[in-house]
Amino acid sequence: MLNSKIPAGNLEKKWEDYKGHCKLVNPANKRKLEVIVVGTGLAGASAAASLGELGYKVKAFCFQDSPRRAHSIAAQGGINAAKNYQNDGDSVFRLFYDTIKGGDYRAREANVHRLAEVSVNIIDQCVAQGVPFAREYGGLLSNRSFGGTQVQRTFYAAGQTGQQLLIGAYQALERQVALGNVKMYSRHEMLEVVKIDGKARGIIARDLVSGNLEKHFGHAVLLCTGGYGNVFYLSTNAMGSNVTAAWKAHRQGALFSNPCFTQIHPTCIPVSGDHQSKLTLMSESLRNDGRIWVPKNLNETRKAVDIPEEERDYYLERRYPAFGNLVPRDVASRAAKERCDAGYGVGTSKQAVYLDYAAAIERYGKIEVGKQGIENASKETIIALGKEVVKEKYGNLFDMYAKITGEDPYEVPMRIYPAVHYTMGGLWVDYELQTTVPGLYALGEANFSDHGANRLGASALMQGLADGYFVIPYTIGNYLADEIYSKGVDTNHPAFEEAEKAVLARIEKLMSIKGTQTVESFHKRLGKIIWDKCGMARNAEGLKQAIAEVQALKKEFWSDVRIPGEINEMNPELDKANRVADFIELGELMCIDALNRNESCGGHFREEYQTEDGEALRDDENFMYVASWEFKGEHNWELHKEELKYEVIKPSQRNYK
Amino acid sequence: MEHYNMNLNLKVWRQKNKNTKGAFKMYRVENISSEMSFLEMFDVLNEQLIKDGDDPVTFDHDCREGICGSCSMYINGKPHGPWQANTTCQLHMRAFKDGDTIVVEPWRADAFPVIKDLMVDRSAFDRIIQAGGFISVNTGNAVDGNTLPIEKQKADDAFAAAMCIGCGACVAACKNSSAMLFLSAKVSHLALLPQGAPERTTRVQNMVAQMDKEGFGSCTNTGACEATCPKEISITNIARLNSEYIAASFAD
Repeated sequence: MLNSKIPAGNLEKKWEDYKGHCKLVNPANKRKLEVIVVGTGLAGASAAASLGELGYKVKAFCFQDSPRRAHSIAAQGGINAAKNYQNDGDSVFRLFYDTIKGGDYRAREANVHRLAEVSVNIIDQCVAQGVPFAREYGGLLSNRSFGGTQVQRTFYAAGQTGQQLLIGAYQALERQVALGNVKMYSRHEMLEVVKIDGKARGIIARDLVSGNLEKHFGHAVLLCTGGYGNVFYLSTNAMGSNVTAAWKAHRQGALFSNPCFTQIHPTCIPVSGDHQSKLTLMSESLRNDGRIWVPKNLNETRKAVDIPEEERDYYLERRYPAFGNLVPRDVASRAAKERCDAGYGVGTSKQAVYLDYAAAIERYGKIEVGKQGIENASKETIIALGKEVVKEKYGNLFDMYAKITGEDPYEVPMRIYPAVHYTMGGLWVDYELQTTVPGLYALGEANFSDHGANRLGASALMQGLADGYFVIPYTIGNYLADEIYSKGVDTNHPAFEEAEKAVLARIEKLMSIKGTQTVESFHKRLGKIIWDKCGMARNAEGLKQAIAEVQALKKEFWSDVRIPGEINEMNPELDKANRVADFIELGELMCIDALNRNESCGGHFREEYQTEDGEALRDDENFMYVASWEFKGEHNWELHKEELKYEVIKPSQRNYK
Repeated sequence: MEHYNMNLNLKVWRQKNKNTKGAFKMYRVENISSEMSFLEMFDVLNEQLIKDGDDPVTFDHDCREGICGSCSMYINGKPHGPWQANTTCQLHMRAFKDGDTIVVEPWRADAFPVIKDLMVDRSAFDRIIQAGGFISVNTGNAVDGNTLPIEKQKADDAFAAAMCIGCGACVAACKNSSAMLFLSAKVSHLALLPQGAPERTTRVQNMVAQMDKEGFGSCTNTGACEATCPKEISITNIARLNSEYIAASFAD
């Protein structure tokens, strides 16, 4: 059933061969072909802009008030590219290899190699658009290091790389809007995929301002709707980030792959209380210079600055001397959890570790003293100069930390703890980014394809833009070339009418429950179940309990949720109820997937399967496959396996020691 | 940092939709922790309203980490509230004390009509960008990124202007509801970079024309925009915009 359509031939020639042989659509026909793009983050905005430039008629949708606000905007640290500007041994192969290894050998070789190949084009494209990347004094582009690699290949714009890349893509998109090639629908949420004769032919969207349902036709539909991290309630995702579009596609026949592969990011600001609505990431780039530690003594009561060097446990440097503080995210998160579970955590909750900049400030200060030729510099001078350097590199992150916690990270170490950040799982797609529904595509975080069981830092931006700028413009042509004979479908077609009716019926049902509990309270309870039992560590017993609990929660939700207001007006509680209802169903599937995968790999850590020193223990013999789930009805899914074949890389136990 | 709890009175603008008249309404929230963000305090209020059978307060918000530019509350007479260089979502309740009355309104500007309660329509900003806030380069045309070295200072200045999050606080702070700081940030970002040079003249003219068409007022030179900007976009960008505009008029 699953045909990944990976081109034949040598790995490094596959994409070139594909591009040389895929079908093309001539310019006159492109004007007649309509493409729907849902979501305007890096993947969606870059796809909509690029397809508009090619001459397709594009309709783009986002639930935010402007496409510029999609959550890619919040990405901080950077974007990887195999430019080797640093002459430090980087290459397309290295980036490919690091990404496969970082993903714990659960990603497709061909897709990842293509990603590494186009990574270099992304930087060029963004520079041409005017993205203000950080530069050296000579005017050339600057790089920094990220986790899971030993080269410097990360391009960045202070701690706002996602913002600058998204603004670049947004501006390209708005240019196409002005040219009439793209029509933009802001404050619209996709609530159904419309299929005719088995092919995706459009969507039902809700205008969130008026509450009206709209029918939109497209020869193809692209879902660029991001990940599902908000299933955990607390995550670094935006409040509006949701799985709804992907979930509707899933219920319409698109397989959902590896849903249990979720990324817990090691450096986030810890939870401060029950009121917490979201968690804030402190960029991985901080691990470049910051050192992570906990006290060596149990029940330590002294302030961090009063604990002498020899009584600190720099546990990442101790356990992983080769990569130190720059081990991949899954490894760093588990190590933090291990220390906190053992009782060495810091702060009032004891669920935090220190991220310390004192050493970096001193080191940079000494370099500045040298550069400026200051003789006999005092400690104060060194520290002051060092703070300046750190401020230039990470100022906005430090400010954010200070605003949220009320503490000054230039003076005291930051307290951090892992938090849900990214989801590697998503809609199954083939090499062309097409789901199992013909004409329905998934790009960026919404698909499962490139990061295996763990994503390396600065790779999400790379994948979003690769899919949108450089992959879909080719692969969609291969599909649409056969669609030039199909005229647009009138949205009065029975398939559209029925889909609209079904969406309305569900909304009316939600509104008619008039129960006693708020949507938010259900979302919180769902999040707690998934975090406790399908979070950083999982076991069969807990997962079985979680499945039962989520099923019970679903019943309770559909009989006791209270949604205020009306259908035909701006009603954020109704929007949220639609999303939480889908998160509940996804939550069940996540636990089923985690229970099925009797191994540990990447972000999926099953306590039953670990090495003697507590590392993830893979079972390549039985689980080297993509677990792809077909929706069969209420609480019922069928598993399809796509075997992963490693032709170039030989999978081994990941070693960062 | 000492944490404390407080009881507060909230005077909040309620407006059903753009066609009805709005009014202030008083609410009381209790046991608010100083560690909460301002929007989390609103979450508490809304949960309370839903439980009491009332309509919760509608407001724009998304990332809650100060970067998406969604949030748009005018708090005690200041866009985004009392803290400097800050967005509403990053304002924390330790800025307030027990017994305070807090007044919360939407952005007020003709070009930003109210959608509901504290939510406004800022699509005028998108249309200003459509008028010229981009570099016309199609995907696939780029040369190697390092073939065009850019002076670090210029790159840094362009970045400082490009940090604008498009929230509209500058418009809300201005007594003329001028969008000059927003517009000048984009014009500066692109004018400072060599990639932006070919369209420099038409860009500034078209964007200014669109701004006027949207109904934003003219610049008052009072600097209220700069003082309130969460990303500290400098008013010198407006000076640059003016000189770009004058140069463009001569070029015609």
